[in-house]
Amino acid sequence: MSPFLAVIRRDLSLALRRKNEVMTSVFFFVVVAALFPLGIGPEMNTLRLIGPGVLWVGALLASMLSLGRMFAGDHDDGTLEQMVLSCASLPSLVGAKILSHWLLSGLPLVILSPVLALQFDLDVQAIEVLMASLILGTPLLSLIGAVGAALTLGVRGADVLLSLLVLPLYVPALVFGAGAVQAQAAGLGASAHLSILAAMLLIAAVFSPWACATALRIALE
Amino acid sequence: MLSVMDLSCYRGERRLFSGVAFQLNAGACLHLEGNNGVGKTSLLRQVSGLSPVSEGQISWCGQPIADNESFRAQRIYLGHDLAMKDDLSAMENLQIDAAIAGQAVEPDKVLMALQSLGLKGREHLPVRMLSQGQKRRAAIARLLTRQARLWILDEPVVALDVPAQAAVGRVLKAHLDEGGMVLFTSHQPLPMAVPSACMTSHRLQG
Amino acid sequence: MTQHSNVLFRFAAPQAFYGLAGRLWPWAAALATLLGAWGLWMGMFVAPTDFQQGQAYRIIFVHVPASWMSMIIYLAMAFWAVLGLTFKTRLSGMMNRALAPTGAMFAFLSLWTGALWGKPMWGAWWVWDARLTSELILFFLYLGFMGLTASIDDPRRSDKAGGLLALVGAINVPVIYFSVRWWNTLHQGASVTVTQGSSMAQTMLWAMLLMALAFWLYAIAIALYRIRTLILEREKHTQWVEAELRPEGAS
Repeated sequence: MSPFLAVIRRDLSLALRRKNEVMTSVFFFVVVAALFPLGIGPEMNTLRLIGPGVLWVGALLASMLSLGRMFAGDHDDGTLEQMVLSCASLPSLVGAKILSHWLLSGLPLVILSPVLALQFDLDVQAIEVLMASLILGTPLLSLIGAVGAALTLGVRGADVLLSLLVLPLYVPALVFGAGAVQAQAAGLGASAHLSILAAMLLIAAVFSPWACATALRIALE
Repeated sequence: MLSVMDLSCYRGERRLFSGVAFQLNAGACLHLEGNNGVGKTSLLRQVSGLSPVSEGQISWCGQPIADNESFRAQRIYLGHDLAMKDDLSAMENLQIDAAIAGQAVEPDKVLMALQSLGLKGREHLPVRMLSQGQKRRAAIARLLTRQARLWILDEPVVALDVPAQAAVGRVLKAHLDEGGMVLFTSHQPLPMAVPSACMTSHRLQG
Repeated sequence: MTQHSNVLFRFAAPQAFYGLAGRLWPWAAALATLLGAWGLWMGMFVAPTDFQQGQAYRIIFVHVPASWMSMIIYLAMAFWAVLGLTFKTRLSGMMNRALAPTGAMFAFLSLWTGALWGKPMWGAWWVWDARLTSELILFFLYLGFMGLTASIDDPRRSDKAGGLLALVGAINVPVIYFSVRWWNTLHQGASVTVTQGSSMAQTMLWAMLLMALAFWLYAIAIALYRIRTLILEREKHTQWVEAELRPEGAS
């Protein structure tokens, strides 16, 4: 088993035995999507207009809430040190951690999004674009957020600080993700937005593991 | 093989120690002694490569340890934290640990390692169901499932009863007999029947 | 080349830089005051009244230079971060800690003057203009840097983590700016501009440049002043700092 797969196997096994990681993100996403209509009013035209934005912000916040756990557990019990010490390239191990984080916190949101989109009366094409934007966007959020999680490892007040660090960096993903659905609704086609999202995802996939590895080494000094 | 020269360490702006030098050859064991807070753990972390070295040199077979692939493959560090996941069994923990280190290990070898440290019958239990001493023994079993020549151990026998300490002593002795090296800290002497030529100690002063 | 780099690396030692900063900052402060006074005089009294916006537009002589400075300082921080991560100099981290509060102040000033400008213009205290929104995000990046470096106790780790954050932020700033511009044009948001076309009066441009220069010199002065205190704090266990503080300690 390669080191990369070993890390994924460990994280997935742990999550299966203790299901709260997946449940927390999902629950938060559902609650946020339900709170907005309650706060704004049940007028369908309004909801259809704000739906893409609300769902995207909900997914973003749900993803952000689970970032703190990405490295903290491993840091506390010493497994992070062993990863840093291992012969395997640290960026690849970090990439595995980020991938498992996405599988547990991001992918469930993508799967759940059509159901929640119905609450906002989005039509089928809009739901398709929403899912596409989330499939490209949630891994991007995990990749960006991982750098913040690595920088704030073991720091006092890490949760709030992490949000402060990561939210500015999330803005491009949000703009193009929610923008894709809105562009499709406006009849302009979402391909430009989705391509830019895909490009950002590729670039982040290359640079983020390296930045995280550097940040983790700094944190373990 | 392991050579430390003129090493110093800073914690924040305070200097913990300076001018530390020693050598460790095949089959030798070094006991690092010193009071609490003098920097023993920091020294071990520098030797293992976790903490950077700003003053002094640490070399392995003549090459500096920074960015040294062969050093990383041949050393193992066991710190205060056990590096075990509570929800996985000892068996799973050790198998995945070896895989992450890039080494393959057969299940039989893992079982034998755990059994030699007195964990027979507990290999498949989640680690959180083991006692503190059993968890530590499972963590030490890692030394047997990973192939490493230099063992860097931070207080390996803390919280272990006398039979367990003896088991650990046997493991260390076998390693030294095969030409391995051990660098460890401990507030108590390890029960090892090692010829005095192989066992040295170094006292760390502030 | 080697001579030049020797000079640079000599001043990379905190003690040498302390002396250099001490000599430089009063001059920078004096120049900043002079240029600032001149620029403000030009902006408030000499520059012509804008055809459409009346007297209220004069706030741009603070708003625009403040925006420029908030961005330039962030770039400077990224530059020092790269130096610090590559050469592992202690001074780079201290420089970033000295620069960040001033950069944050300029970002805040830019936002505040933007609001003051927006109110008479658009009737609203805040307008989701692309530049203002990007400025807000830049302000959060500064706060994030200051929060992170303040939360980490170990100075060396704090410097390195801050440097990495500044670098990641700096790489993202163009992406963020581009995406906010896209978002703004897509939704046909409001836009706060000075004048249409390239017909900005010479005096206006001149006044803005003077103010920008004044702000820049102010930033240099205050950063140098601040870094002297940081150096004293960080190096307090060395002999030269003890000697430095002893006569002043008597008062």
